Amino acid sequence: MTAEPVRIAPAPALHVAPGPHLTVSDFTARRMMADVLLALLPVAGVAVWIFRWYAVLQIAVCVAAALLAEALFSRLRRRRAPLDDLSAAVTGAILGLSLPWSAPWYVGAIGAFAAIGLGKAAFGGLGQNIFNPAMVGRAFVMVAFAASLAGGAYVRAEAALPILTQATPLSLAKGTAGAVALPGLWPLFLGNVNGSLGETSALACLVGGLYLCWRRSAAWQIPVWTLAGAAAAAVVANLLDPATPLTVLHHLFAGALFFCAFFIATDPVTSPLSPRGRAVFGFGVGVLVVLIRTLSSYPEGVVFAILLMNSVTPLINRGTVPKPFGGAVELPGGAK
Amino acid sequence: MSWPSRRARTFPHGVHPPEEKQFARDVPIEVVPTPAAVAIPLLQHLGAPCQAVVASRATVALGDVVGRAEAPVSAPVHASIAGVVQRESVATLPNGRHVTTVPIKAAGEQLEGQALYDAHFGGDWPLAGLDEIAPAEIVAAAGEAGLVGMGGAAFPTHVKLAPGPRRPVDTVLVNGCECEPYLTADERLMREAALPVLVGAKLVARAVGAKRIVVGIEANKPEAIAEMRRVAPELGIEVGVVATKYPQGAEKQLVYALLQRIVPGGKLPLDVGVVVSNVATAAALARAVLRGAPLTHRVMTVAGHGVREPKNLLVPIGLRLSEAIEAAGGLTDDAARVIAGGPMMGFSVAYLDAPVTKGTSGLTVLAARDLDAEPERACVRCGRCVDVCPMGLLPTRIALAARYGEWELAGSYHARLCVECGCCAFACPSRLPLVQLIRVAKARLAKMTA
Repeated sequence: MTAEPVRIAPAPALHVAPGPHLTVSDFTARRMMADVLLALLPVAGVAVWIFRWYAVLQIAVCVAAALLAEALFSRLRRRRAPLDDLSAAVTGAILGLSLPWSAPWYVGAIGAFAAIGLGKAAFGGLGQNIFNPAMVGRAFVMVAFAASLAGGAYVRAEAALPILTQATPLSLAKGTAGAVALPGLWPLFLGNVNGSLGETSALACLVGGLYLCWRRSAAWQIPVWTLAGAAAAAVVANLLDPATPLTVLHHLFAGALFFCAFFIATDPVTSPLSPRGRAVFGFGVGVLVVLIRTLSSYPEGVVFAILLMNSVTPLINRGTVPKPFGGAVELPGGAK
Repeated sequence: MSWPSRRARTFPHGVHPPEEKQFARDVPIEVVPTPAAVAIPLLQHLGAPCQAVVASRATVALGDVVGRAEAPVSAPVHASIAGVVQRESVATLPNGRHVTTVPIKAAGEQLEGQALYDAHFGGDWPLAGLDEIAPAEIVAAAGEAGLVGMGGAAFPTHVKLAPGPRRPVDTVLVNGCECEPYLTADERLMREAALPVLVGAKLVARAVGAKRIVVGIEANKPEAIAEMRRVAPELGIEVGVVATKYPQGAEKQLVYALLQRIVPGGKLPLDVGVVVSNVATAAALARAVLRGAPLTHRVMTVAGHGVREPKNLLVPIGLRLSEAIEAAGGLTDDAARVIAGGPMMGFSVAYLDAPVTKGTSGLTVLAARDLDAEPERACVRCGRCVDVCPMGLLPTRIALAARYGEWELAGSYHARLCVECGCCAFACPSRLPLVQLIRVAKARLAKMTA
């Protein structure tokens, strides 16, 4: 006698979970990173147009090294490598675009390892880092390979592309006392000048950056206030030293300011949470960039401006806790 | 007296979840056939639980008191069908509370079908003479009828309507926003029973001494707005259209949208001279005062991809959730989650034998394809939760503090002010369970201060 098999009527399996039971469908952490990569396309496109294979190679090396570093450090931490969140690819791409065309391939590769290892994994991975990983990597190679990243490294007299035989605009302004012909504002805006791969075209940064802000993958307050801070500092610098060749618009369009404002400063992890905090942060970045350009021996100040403002981001967060709707509980009532 | 059609008013922040009202908004309220039995929970409100006042095997008629409590903040419960009382039992409500229930087995003549519908919404509703009814009489009727806020919080209505002499109320807001996706019970009520809703609003105003009455309706319910505007002028009631945005129906947000008054943190709309009443509560008050009928039935929506025939149902309190689902055609094969209430603030239910309570505004039944498959990731501090929080909080900070057991820190970020609307977790790209973490922090903080 065989037992009749127990039959369970098919019924849908009901799941329980805490609410809310709906989530915004087109906005995920992964999508934010994908948006950044998408927004970098015009920037990378201009870089390839100006620097040709130098740009392709540099970006490819940095992205590949960043992904490799992420896999390696995840393994060391005995975690699954979160390559699919695309954050390592973003770090690699931004690092690559912040390097000069002339930097040897190992500079980019070592920079990417420093970015992911020192900048991110050491703090506990995505979301835990204090400093922008790409800028940590950039700062590391700036110190380690000073000659390859100095202003002079951008210029090669023997280069095949004529643009690569010219000094970068900010180096020009720094290196000579007056009497130099800076590139006009229009080439600076379009990007037809020498410089780091992603920084030359303010227009390309603006196009990609506006997309990021429209998608809300970047907080619009940060680029707006970064540019405002830089403009304000540039006005002051011009008043103090009317002889400087750098006008306010030169400060805005030359160097990496637009790239910084839209792609570097907007890294959500290392920038403040509240709208007011973002404004303080952005303004600080802008002021520091111009301050370093005018007062230090470096022609450009984005790396240190970002790292400095990253370091005070927790303080900014603490000082800019928004006032709740209706005020705090302890406050006496009576509002009407 | 209705408002000039200016731009729809609203509140700061908030989110736009998919509205999903198409499931049942054009399905008229249907009366559920009298079930074989109901189980009346003795605690359906905010406050002290009731004690059963009927013995096992006693015969009760529709509307007989089944349980009551002596405590001032409480509401009696009534038999929602005629029948015979069974031995007390226990049920787990969707919110996780275990409550004693009084089961009643149907017996004898039942009020059902169209007669039940008419007893609730049909017939004549006097427009005149409402101002002659003494406020104390209205409050007493609300208390005796066991009225509670039917929008969700289930706060006893007679307590809300007796604010005391030191707090003058000038305006009554009638909440017809129904900002939760999927739910259409309030919308149907406004379209089918505008008169009892507005008469009830008049009675609320009479009870609290308010001169002005404004009905707030989201712009996505044009038929309800038109119907209310047709009837409201006769009663001197204004109809205000508010933007379709979640959580527009939250009290403080509605007060701000319609009156531009800000309720101070930790206070009630009462503190700025406003009483807010849900449309279903208003209709129930009209019935309690003018027809002497207790709260025994309510309108609830059963909708979503997980049910075969989404509907709005007039159900007896104590009906099993599974029977409400059956009345809506049953679950589909790919039904994956049953939620008591709307998907934003509702609780997912594991136990479909749980009874419908006075606060059950509906069942949202999601199919597998409605559920999000995105994994939880680390917070990237993007601040979307900050941008959408209607209370102006830092949800991710509170949640992080809660995760590490830093309760005071969570408190310093004003965790107590969270209304648990779910905007933060809805918008979170890393899919963090922000509301759940904040709930834990709030519970701990409440325990610490208690």
